[in-house]
Amino acid sequence: MSTESIIEIRGLSKRYASGFEALKNIDLDIRRGEIFALLGPNGAGKTTLISIVCGIVTPTEGRVTVGGHDIIRDYRAARAKIGLVPQELTTDAFETVWATVSFSRGLFGKPPDPAHVEKVLKALSLWDKKDSKILALSGGMKRRVMIAKALSHEPEVLFLDEPTAGVDVELRQDMWNLVRELRDSGVTIILTTHYIEEAEEMADRVGVINRGQLAVVEDKAVLMRSFGKKQLTLHLAEKLPAVPSELDGYDLELNHDGSELIYTYDTHAARTGITALLGDLQRAGIAFKDLHTTQSSLEDIFVSLVRRSA
Amino acid sequence: MNLYAVKAIYLFEMARTWRTLLQSIVSPVLSTSLYFVVFGAAIGSRIDEIEGVNYGSFLVPGLIMLSLLTQSLANASFGIYFPRFTGTIYEVLSAPISYVEILLGYVGAAATKSAMLGLIILATASFIVPVHIEHPVWMIVFLVLTCVTFSLLGFIIGIWAQSFEQLQLVPMLIVMPLAFLGGTFYSIEMLPEVWQKITLFNPVVYLISGFRWSFYEISDVHVAVSVVMTLGFLSIGLIIVAWIFRTGYRLKA
Repeated sequence: MSTESIIEIRGLSKRYASGFEALKNIDLDIRRGEIFALLGPNGAGKTTLISIVCGIVTPTEGRVTVGGHDIIRDYRAARAKIGLVPQELTTDAFETVWATVSFSRGLFGKPPDPAHVEKVLKALSLWDKKDSKILALSGGMKRRVMIAKALSHEPEVLFLDEPTAGVDVELRQDMWNLVRELRDSGVTIILTTHYIEEAEEMADRVGVINRGQLAVVEDKAVLMRSFGKKQLTLHLAEKLPAVPSELDGYDLELNHDGSELIYTYDTHAARTGITALLGDLQRAGIAFKDLHTTQSSLEDIFVSLVRRSA
Repeated sequence: MNLYAVKAIYLFEMARTWRTLLQSIVSPVLSTSLYFVVFGAAIGSRIDEIEGVNYGSFLVPGLIMLSLLTQSLANASFGIYFPRFTGTIYEVLSAPISYVEILLGYVGAAATKSAMLGLIILATASFIVPVHIEHPVWMIVFLVLTCVTFSLLGFIIGIWAQSFEQLQLVPMLIVMPLAFLGGTFYSIEMLPEVWQKITLFNPVVYLISGFRWSFYEISDVHVAVSVVMTLGFLSIGLIIVAWIFRTGYRLKA
């Protein structure tokens, strides 16, 4: 992954005819070859953002370039680089899989290439369905067809809008494997998802959007580190009225009834301080009957970010 | 020019025609043929000649025109409305394709289909009633112009419509009556004088009159007027479509 941007979004705003402001002054760079996860609650502006980059929605203000090409002035070059898999399962029910995927390739200005279409269909386990009409396929298979359509013209950037919504576990795994393979082949992937653990597992970088504004854009690892924290909870043998003064040096909290002592620490620090804490507890004569640790997930981070920007 | 895209849309739309052969070709040919049988061969034999042409033959250009109008509208409006309805329009909107190319694909296919239909009806009619064509080139010119103009109008309706009901509204409530009253079944000279004047506000009169002239050299208005009016309708359609594409009306938010 390079730091070169394949998509540059500057000052992008969208106000719908109803007056609703879906996007407010968005600045965002997508790096070539990365997997970028866009997270946000329903109605946050994820789909509007994707739709503008893909040319389906007209921006009110701001500019977007894809591979250096302005999406409005130089829309042909910009759009030719993009594959889009929208959220809704919208397919031409009466067409065959082969016909609809070939149609997409032509629509994006590429000469017919049966070998490429075959490769895409095989990669998505659709080859044995190539002559089936789409209406005869299951929901998961239709989702694959939509991905095949988006990949039919060999895009450099792939947008996946909620690709695993309503998809069974097995297909979801397949899909993530495919996304990794695509990334390895150099395709930049931008996805939105409700499954935060997926973003946690897949993404190189994460953007959180809420109420039309980007709350944060960060390397996933950095995000997890800077917002993530770990806590050690000690279940005390006997309740304490207050944190004993000999333990003042630690960042300790007592729960509401004094039965648990909670220690918050940084897993990435040179020393966590756990060994010293346990030693001092023993010296202070505080016994505990159990302990457990918790780590904040991307989900916790997401919820706290969304709440903060609300 | 993204010719691959034009071809993709054109072939996609034509594939729909072959897939629905019964509904898109057989049914209109059959229903128009019934007119020839009933009004031409059966009742027609008891009706006087009109301007020296027997009634069955007189009907041919008008009935072909009637089919061209209704079929062009139906094909083109459905062709663009259906992807809007199902949502598959997203792909066309996100493709590296200009509005002119979108138009060539959708309107081109709809017009091709109605022109084919018109020629099939003409061939069928020639088995039932005597037909001769005085100016074959002009006949083709009127046929093609009408198909393109009304496919364009259909395209506009398909973008404007918000429901299947609205899709049917203009063809059923406006175009169909205008076609029936536009001289399909009679020469406007047969009307009372005041109606002859009112009828001139009906655009279909000019289409049918010109088309009939190319067959039998009889017309309600001068053929040059028909050509000018037809081109005028085409221009109006193009202006509306240009506005639709410039504003993204009902296509883009």
